[in-house]
Amino acid sequence: MLKIGNIQFNSRLFIGTGKYSSSEVMEKSLLASGSELVTVALKRVDFKNQDQDDLLAKLNHPHIKLLPNTSGVRNAKEAIFAAQLAREALGTNLIKLEIHPDPKYLMPDPIETLIATEALAKLGFIVLPYIHADPVLCKRLEEAGTAAVMPLGSPIGSNKGLKTIDFLEIIIEQSNVPVIVDAGIGAPSDAAKAMEIGADAVLVNTAIAVSPDPVAMGLAFKLAVESGRMAFEARLAPKHAGAVATSPLTSFLDV
Amino acid sequence: MSSFKDLFNTYCWDEVKESIYSNTEADVLQALQSTKRNIEDFKALISPAAEPFLEEMAQLSQQISQKRFGKTMQLYVPLYLSNECNNICTYCGFSFDNKVRRKTLTDREILQEVETIKKKGYDHILLVTGEANQTVHVDYFKNAMELVRPHFSNVSLEVQPLEQDEYEALLPYGLHAVLVYQETYHREDYKKHHPKGKKSNFDYRLETPDRLGKAGIHKMGLGVLIGLEDWRTDSFFTALHLSYLEKAYWQSKYSISFPRLRPFSGGLEPKVNMNDRELVQLICAYRIFNEEIELSISTRESEIFRNNVLKLGITSMSAGSKTNPGGYAVEPEALKQFEISDERSPEQIAQLIKSQGYEPVWKDWDSSLTIPLDK
Repeated sequence: MLKIGNIQFNSRLFIGTGKYSSSEVMEKSLLASGSELVTVALKRVDFKNQDQDDLLAKLNHPHIKLLPNTSGVRNAKEAIFAAQLAREALGTNLIKLEIHPDPKYLMPDPIETLIATEALAKLGFIVLPYIHADPVLCKRLEEAGTAAVMPLGSPIGSNKGLKTIDFLEIIIEQSNVPVIVDAGIGAPSDAAKAMEIGADAVLVNTAIAVSPDPVAMGLAFKLAVESGRMAFEARLAPKHAGAVATSPLTSFLDV
Repeated sequence: MSSFKDLFNTYCWDEVKESIYSNTEADVLQALQSTKRNIEDFKALISPAAEPFLEEMAQLSQQISQKRFGKTMQLYVPLYLSNECNNICTYCGFSFDNKVRRKTLTDREILQEVETIKKKGYDHILLVTGEANQTVHVDYFKNAMELVRPHFSNVSLEVQPLEQDEYEALLPYGLHAVLVYQETYHREDYKKHHPKGKKSNFDYRLETPDRLGKAGIHKMGLGVLIGLEDWRTDSFFTALHLSYLEKAYWQSKYSISFPRLRPFSGGLEPKVNMNDRELVQLICAYRIFNEEIELSISTRESEIFRNNVLKLGITSMSAGSKTNPGGYAVEPEALKQFEISDERSPEQIAQLIKSQGYEPVWKDWDSSLTIPLDK
């Protein structure tokens, strides 16, 4: 079972709540996906009137935990300030740390993210930072007290799949904290692939939300993630480029 | 390069215009099929040669917009604080030489307006004024933002161009975005339309986005007033400005508006008319050229046009707007900057958006994302 901080998860599919055509569709899709952890952008939630907030109302299910994200901040200082307000308002230590000062491609800032992770971990947060697929940064974040790492598969919202796969494999190999592949997963096959190579979970938003049938797509991702995980645990059979030749290099030993 | 002016001065209006109009079908196909598009592709997409490809452009624009922004539509509302103005602008109801009564809202009146607007559901507000530097200045804006901010998550300004340090001073008050339209990039025509007042200084206005970028603003809005000059050439310069700014100030977001000249009492007739097909072409061209740019459409446009264009690349809309100071509550019937065309209520517009399979978004920013002055 997946454990992040002190929280256990049956589902290894995390879902983003943006971009849906309505909060009703979002809720149905979310339930179909079986996800137990959903991100909510602080900027989309009305903290002051939480009981009237439509989005929060739709996420109010006993098996679902909220993962507030700091989307909109541009540096560590702003992120720390926003995370504290989120904790106060939503009553959770979980925080998805998103510091992308570049609003065009939403590329995460590794320097500010490292600084903020260290500070937030000291403040008792369960930090899940969104980062580039940078193996060294992942180790540095571990040292800084991160609860997990969330490397990108390709630019966020691009649906381009696992462009960073070589680096994701290194990260998974080296990591002592859960690795959640975030951003760029465009199809269930991408999610399955990430799970097959040993990712602990994936986070998906655009591919589900923008699909013409987000409910069916939520289920499709659920099955893909389960299937990929099962394959990882069963261990994939090795690949061969072609038939194995007779042993021209070692046959002399048989003589 | 220290400002856009240096780049701008290397271009000649007539040459740009000629190169847009000389685009061919092959240029348009190249632009449509390319995966990474540049400003030459934008030229092709706004050219007359692209007109036969309008449906294809619309399909592509919708697809790209949904990928980036999802099926959502941001809603915002303008709050006119003052119609005092020392500029003469030939096309504007607030022009200095236009004999209308002038009004700047007091604190009490601002709060009255806020109360009415809040009841409509808005959480993003755009504060608008003319240019009257003696009465409507940075201190006035600070005060107005302090009054407004507790009630709105996102506050933007559409006021006279300010200095970099003035913008910096307004940021801790929750200033999120500033809209400053060049009106036209045709230097000589700009002079004709702005004969008097601080606004007559073309270069000062042209360099305003540079000052905003240096101040570290979250978002800035660009655009031209369509109808003053050839819209294709003006739009090329807007896109050029955008591309320059995106590289120079990479931490800022950008939005584009396409205001078409609207009638007001005693006002200017458009020199150039842009029809609905051409406006759709321009909207789609921007989206195909720049996947991340926010595109905004106001109540200047007609109901039928807005009903149909909202799925073609637009990301934000206003609704139920009043273009006069006090228009929502204080004195609803006077002093308009221009006539609005779509008079439907925010609730009706929200219903319209839903009926098209999109979610109306009222809130997409939070005060927790701005560190206040005392922290």
